Amino acid sequence: MQMKLSGVVGLLAATLSFGAHSAGEVHESKLDNGMKVIIKVDRRAPVAVSQVWYRVGSSYEHNGSTGLSHALEHMMFKGTKKHPPNEFSRIISENGGKENAFTGDDYTTYFQQLEASRLPIALELEADRMRNLTLPAGEFDKEIKVVMEERRMRTEDSPTALTHEQFMAAAFTSSPYHNPVIGWMDDLENMKIQDLKAWYQTWYAPNNATLVIVGDVDPVATLATVKKYFGPLKPSKIPEVKPQREVEQRGIRRITVKAPAELPYLMMGYKTPVLATAKEAWEPYALEMLAGVLDGGNSARLSKNLVRGKEVAASAGAGYDLYSRMDQLFSFDGTPAQGKTIADLEAALREQIKLVRETLVAPEELERIKSQVVAAKVYERDSNFYQAMQIGTLETNGLSYKLVEEYLDRIKAVTPEQIQKVAQKYLVDDRLTVAVLEPLPIENGKHAMPAMGGGGHVR
Amino acid sequence: MFARTALALSLALTAFVADATPKIQTWETPNGARVFFVPAPEIPMVDLQVVFDAGAARDGDKPGLAVMTNSMLNEGAGKLDADAIAEKFDSLGARQGNTAERDMSMFSLRSLSDSAKLQPAAELLALMFNEPTLPADGFGRMKNQMLINIQAQKQSPDEIASEAFFRAIYGNHPYASDPGGTEESVKALTPEDVRRFMAKFYVARNAVVAIVGALDRPAAEALANTVVGKLAAGERAPALPPVENLDKAETVKIDHPSTQTHVLVGVPGMTRGDPDYFALYVGNHILGGNGLVSRISDEIREKRGLSYSAYSYFMPMRERGPYTIGLQTRTDKTNEALTVLRDTVKTFVEQGPTEKELVASKKNITGGFALRVDSNKKIADYLALIGFYGLPLDYLDHFIARINAVTLAQVRDAFKRRVDLNKTVTVTVGKQS
Repeated sequence: MQMKLSGVVGLLAATLSFGAHSAGEVHESKLDNGMKVIIKVDRRAPVAVSQVWYRVGSSYEHNGSTGLSHALEHMMFKGTKKHPPNEFSRIISENGGKENAFTGDDYTTYFQQLEASRLPIALELEADRMRNLTLPAGEFDKEIKVVMEERRMRTEDSPTALTHEQFMAAAFTSSPYHNPVIGWMDDLENMKIQDLKAWYQTWYAPNNATLVIVGDVDPVATLATVKKYFGPLKPSKIPEVKPQREVEQRGIRRITVKAPAELPYLMMGYKTPVLATAKEAWEPYALEMLAGVLDGGNSARLSKNLVRGKEVAASAGAGYDLYSRMDQLFSFDGTPAQGKTIADLEAALREQIKLVRETLVAPEELERIKSQVVAAKVYERDSNFYQAMQIGTLETNGLSYKLVEEYLDRIKAVTPEQIQKVAQKYLVDDRLTVAVLEPLPIENGKHAMPAMGGGGHVR
Repeated sequence: MFARTALALSLALTAFVADATPKIQTWETPNGARVFFVPAPEIPMVDLQVVFDAGAARDGDKPGLAVMTNSMLNEGAGKLDADAIAEKFDSLGARQGNTAERDMSMFSLRSLSDSAKLQPAAELLALMFNEPTLPADGFGRMKNQMLINIQAQKQSPDEIASEAFFRAIYGNHPYASDPGGTEESVKALTPEDVRRFMAKFYVARNAVVAIVGALDRPAAEALANTVVGKLAAGERAPALPPVENLDKAETVKIDHPSTQTHVLVGVPGMTRGDPDYFALYVGNHILGGNGLVSRISDEIREKRGLSYSAYSYFMPMRERGPYTIGLQTRTDKTNEALTVLRDTVKTFVEQGPTEKELVASKKNITGGFALRVDSNKKIADYLALIGFYGLPLDYLDHFIARINAVTLAQVRDAFKRRVDLNKTVTVTVGKQS
C-alpha cells in the first residue's frame, strides 16, 4: 500500500508571495552571506521550532583539543556584547520557550521551541550569538567544570558508556570518530579560553550554518525576519576540511574494558560506507535494511532468535547510521542472558551474521520492514522537532534534505540479493572491532578505580 | 524592550490558546471503561492508550508483580506465541508498547488510521487482554529479564540513589518498593500470581482509554469497544493508603565506586488533584523546575560549576508523590554542593520567590502552553492523565488562568506547609570517606 506523503516543493523566495501555503511545503533559500535557510510549514499547532546547525563537531577536532565543539556549545549561553551571561535562556524562558543545544560528531545545533508568533525573538538572539559572543574567562572557568561533571556523569561512571568510548577509539585509527564528542578528560583539564575563541572565530559564521524552521509560520514573512537578523552578518573564510579518511583495517581488533559493573557487555562494529561516502548509492540503503532485518522491531531476528529463541541475550541490538558525514560502523551490542557468557553471545551474533551472508532474506521479512518504514514516515509528522532534525542532519553532513523524501522509495527498492551482497562485503572479520566490558566487583568500601588502558584519565 | 514585546504577545496568546485547547469527548464503554477522545484528522494515524490502575502500588507482598503482569501479555495470546504477536504488530506497521510504574500499568498502540491496519492491530491488543496464555517459557525468560534489570540498577549510582530515596520517603507505604521488585520477590513470582492480579485489576471499570487520531466519534467508540469491550466489568481498585509525613530527618549513605556522588533530598510531595497543586508547581518552577533559569541550577551550576544537572521537581501521583531535589558532583565537592543546595531551598521556603521571579515563571508556563499540546502523542498523554487521575475535563482550558491566579503569598504558604526542611530524606551515593 502506498501512503500519500507530504509534498516537498522547493520554491524560490520570489514565488512565495502567491496563495496560501499548505502543510508539508519546504522552502529553501540562501542568504547573500551564504547561510542556508529551510522552512517547512506545519500548521497543526500554533508553534514553531527553530534550529541553527553549524558544520562543526568533534569530528572536526584534533588531538589535544578534543571536546572544543561541545565546550563552545556550553559557552554559547554565556553572553554577547548585547546580552550578559544566561540572558539568552532567560529571555526564551520568559517567552514561554524551550531551548537547548546539542553537539555530535558532525554538528553543533542550537534550538528553540516557541509559540509561533514569538519565533522572531529566538531568531534575533541566535543571529546575535552567531558573531558576537564575548567568551569571558571567568565564565569559562566555571563552565569547563560543569563540562567535566557532565563527562563524569555520562561517561566515567557509566560502564557501558566507558566501553563505547574505548570501542570507538579502538575501531577508528586515523578517522576523527576515534575521539569522544565530550572530549578526553585530560584535554578538558587543559583547555584554554583562547582555544575556544579561535574555534568560535573559525567555524561560527553564516556561511557555515543552516537554519531550519518547522511550524505554523508564513514562509515569506519568516524569511524576511531571518534576513533582517542574519542578513547583516559577515561571512568568514571557512577552512578546508581535510578528509581524514580511516586507514584500511587489516584484521580483527579486540579490546577489554575493565570497570566496576554488575553485567558484562559486548560491542561489535564493522566499518561501512555511508550515504555521503558510498561508491554505490544503493549500498547504504541495503545496509539500512539489513539493520532492519536484524533489529527493526520486536519481531526482528535478534529479538526473535537471541532474546527469545536461544535466550542467549538479555538484550541485543544492531544499528547503522546512513546519514553520517564519514564512514561509520555497522554495530551490534548486547548483554548476555542469565547463565550465558560473552562468548556465547558473540557466537550467537556471529551465527546471525553468517546467516545473512549465506541466505537470502525471506520476502515476508522484507515486507514487514517495509510496512514499518512506510508507517514511520507517517508517524514522524507528529513531531516538528524530528522533522527539523532530519533536515538539519542531512544538510550539515553534505547531503540534501530532499533525500528524506527519497528514503521510502530507496528502501522499497532494496532486494534480498542486495542485502546479502552488503553483508558479504562489509560484515567480515577484517573490518571488525570487538569490545568487551569485564565487570570488576562493586564492593562496599575502599574501591579504587582501575587504571584505564589508553583512554579516560580519572583523577 | 523585550519585556514590553513579550507582555503584549502573551495577552494575545491567552485569548488564542483558549480556542486551541483540544475539546475532549468522553464516554463509558458498555462494560464500564472510561474513554477520552480527541479527533485529530490531519495525519492518517491513531494513538491509543489503555491505562489500568494496576501499577506497582498494587503489588502487595509480591514486589515486581505489576511489572511482570504488564510485560507477560506480549508472551502469548489466544493461539499466538510471542513471535507471532510481534510479527503481526510489525507487519501492520503498528507500534505497541507497555510500561508499568507505581500508579499505572500502560499499553500504547500507534497505528495508521487505515482500518485494514488499525482494526487487526486493535484486535490483537484486545486478544492480549482477553486471552493471555502466560506460557511457562516466557514467564521464565521474563523473570530472568527482571533479575538482569535489578543487576543493571546496581551499577548506576543514579538508580541506586532513586531506589533508596523512595524507600526512605515511603517507609511502609506501597510506593516504597521498587516497581522492578527484589531478587527474592521476583524469583518467587508465579503465573498464578499474574492470573490473579489480572482478574482483579485488568478489568473495565479499572481502565481508562485515551484515543487521539484521524477517526470520528463512531469509529472511536468502535475502537474502544474492540480493545476493552470484552474485559469483565470488575471494580475499580480500592483507594491507596494516604502518605504519612516524615517524622524526622533521615540520611542514607551508600558506598559506590563512582567518581561523582549523587545527592537526592526530599519529602513526600503532592497528589495530582492536590489543592496546592498550582502554587507548588509554580513555586518549584522558580526554585528548580525551569532548567538553567531556576535558582538551584543558578546557585549550583551557573555560579559555582559544581554540577551538570541540579534540579527539583514534584512527581504528582494518586497519593502524594515525592518532591525530589537533586544533583551530582565530584565526590570531594559533595559537602559544599549539599550545603549550597540546602541553603538555597531553605531561603526559598522561608522567604518565597520575588514578584519578578513569579511573573517570569508565569510567563514561561503560560507562554509555553501551546507546546504542551502540539502533537497527537502529547494530547494522548494528557487524556490518559486526565482520565486516570479524574482531573476535570476542562483542566487544559483553565490551566493558564489557574497559573496566572497563583499569588506570592500562596507559594510561600504552600512551601512552608509542605516542605519541612527539618524532616527531609537525604541520600548520597558515592565513595564514602
